[in-house]
Amino acid sequence: MSKKVIEVRWHGRGGQGAKTAALLFAETVMATGMYVQAFPEYGPERMGAPVQSFNRVSEDPITVHSGIRNPNYVVILDSSLMKSVPVTDGIGKSGKIIVNTSLSTSEIAKKLDTDVNQIYAVNASRIALKTMGKDIPNTPMLGALVKLIGTLDINGVLENIKTKLKVKFRHKPGVVEGNLASIKMAFDEVGN
Amino acid sequence: MIEAVYSKGNIVAKTGNEVVAEALRQIEPDVMAAYPITPATEIVQIFSQFVADGVVKSEYVTVESEHSAISAAIAASAAGARAVTSTSSQGLCLMWEMLYIASGLRLPVIMAEVNRAVSAPININADHSDTMGARDAGWIQMYSENSQEAYDNIIQLTKIAEKARLPALAAMDGFITSHCMEVVETYPDADVKAFVGEYNPERYLLDVKRPYTLGSIDLQDYYFEHRYQLAQAMIDARSIILDVAKEFKEAFGREYGFYEKYMFDDAEIAMIIIGSSAGDVKVVVKELRKKGIKAGLLKIRVYRPFPTEQIARDLAHVKAIAVMDRSDSCSGAFPPIYSDVVASIYSAGVLSPKVLSYVYGIGGREFCDEQIVKVYETLGKVASGLEKPSNIIEYMNVRIK
Repeated sequence: MSKKVIEVRWHGRGGQGAKTAALLFAETVMATGMYVQAFPEYGPERMGAPVQSFNRVSEDPITVHSGIRNPNYVVILDSSLMKSVPVTDGIGKSGKIIVNTSLSTSEIAKKLDTDVNQIYAVNASRIALKTMGKDIPNTPMLGALVKLIGTLDINGVLENIKTKLKVKFRHKPGVVEGNLASIKMAFDEVGN
Repeated sequence: MIEAVYSKGNIVAKTGNEVVAEALRQIEPDVMAAYPITPATEIVQIFSQFVADGVVKSEYVTVESEHSAISAAIAASAAGARAVTSTSSQGLCLMWEMLYIASGLRLPVIMAEVNRAVSAPININADHSDTMGARDAGWIQMYSENSQEAYDNIIQLTKIAEKARLPALAAMDGFITSHCMEVVETYPDADVKAFVGEYNPERYLLDVKRPYTLGSIDLQDYYFEHRYQLAQAMIDARSIILDVAKEFKEAFGREYGFYEKYMFDDAEIAMIIIGSSAGDVKVVVKELRKKGIKAGLLKIRVYRPFPTEQIARDLAHVKAIAVMDRSDSCSGAFPPIYSDVVASIYSAGVLSPKVLSYVYGIGGREFCDEQIVKVYETLGKVASGLEKPSNIIEYMNVRIK
């Protein structure tokens, strides 16, 4: 089938914000003029259990509603999932994997048995602690994903997230700046 | 940028649940009665927040079960109010006896329904078993491919139900549509309110100047006539549905009918389907057309009343048809949509199409392009006479054969 649609799979643990990240990613990317989809793995959710969420992004309307089997990007919020979940499923030779980790890309490639060129490492937990004082890796990972997709407008994304979070955290304005800084930092760091 | 169809439309990213709750906020019914228990959806929760925030004036009735939710909606409707409820799966099952009461009393109760499998075994994913089970309850049933249609359908349905004096439900696929965020165009509150209009029932129980009895005993002397009138009302609803669709197009620019024909007019092989999977089928049909294969799709939007005559006319030129059911009747015969399609064409004397029956996606079982391609391959063989059409149900992607 046509591959004009960019497909993303997020891996996290229940409560880590994999679903929120996919929703926020979709909302902000839509604001830059793209068609989007965001959906969680269908089923009940439990805190700490492995969960997945998904995105589709396209310049054209998206009519497909089946699951994502061959993602262009896999985002791993919790590196411990690499042991227990088949995170590389369906990525083939061209899919890219972004991992929240302190390890190097070659170490990750060895663990996942993939080509090192498919791996991107970003220490999103460190970035989150530094910018927000909490280990919430989902927003920095969103910044890393925007960078790797390459065709998305980071300033448009940041501007939109700012508007969204300002409403959500109207009683805690500090949270907004921290989130934005984390996205920007991960965007700048990944792939360098 | 994404262009709005309507000049005053607003492009947003919302889940199916959010956008249906949004439509209900804009419709602002007099009464919402609901019992949000698993497997309910966020629709009711979001709406209750609107009530709590004071953004709608609707009376929100909390009840102790789904049976009571529909009962409260029926009572409110009988009293003269525009009444709404929302449910899913087991909730709809528990409403069962009251579904017939709503239609028998000719009360235009509106339901936002999210299609999910019914227990047992326990399953909360998408299939159409819940509403298909209610297909003979005298409710208008409308299905959506995506969130946009779910939004547009419930707005239209409110008007249709009140004109037809029939209860009506707008359904969307559980999780696949209800929990998926996608791009939707919403319309300004004032424009939706103007479209839906005020509800002015001809008769209602709180009309003290013209008291009347509702729900009295009705035995062999009149019951049959009343049930006949209900059946006629369903037939009459067809033209109301088309009229409202026309008004909707004039108001907001989007076109709707009983069904959507996709690359269908010259199709030799075609699928008939309901709900979100239609979008996946469209992608396959487009690819097949590139290869010169005359594939098409007919996506049913209005399932009750079933557009019998129209569908028979439109299917006459198709050589082989696959009717895709996302529910099974466990009847020893065939599933609902297949039965309706075959009865429709046979009674109209349209005997040339070969019609195959497929059951797919039960309990959320994945249904994707590979399987869709296989169905069209089979249709191609049947159409050209290479393969004899099967006369049994093909259960797609089930591991027991």
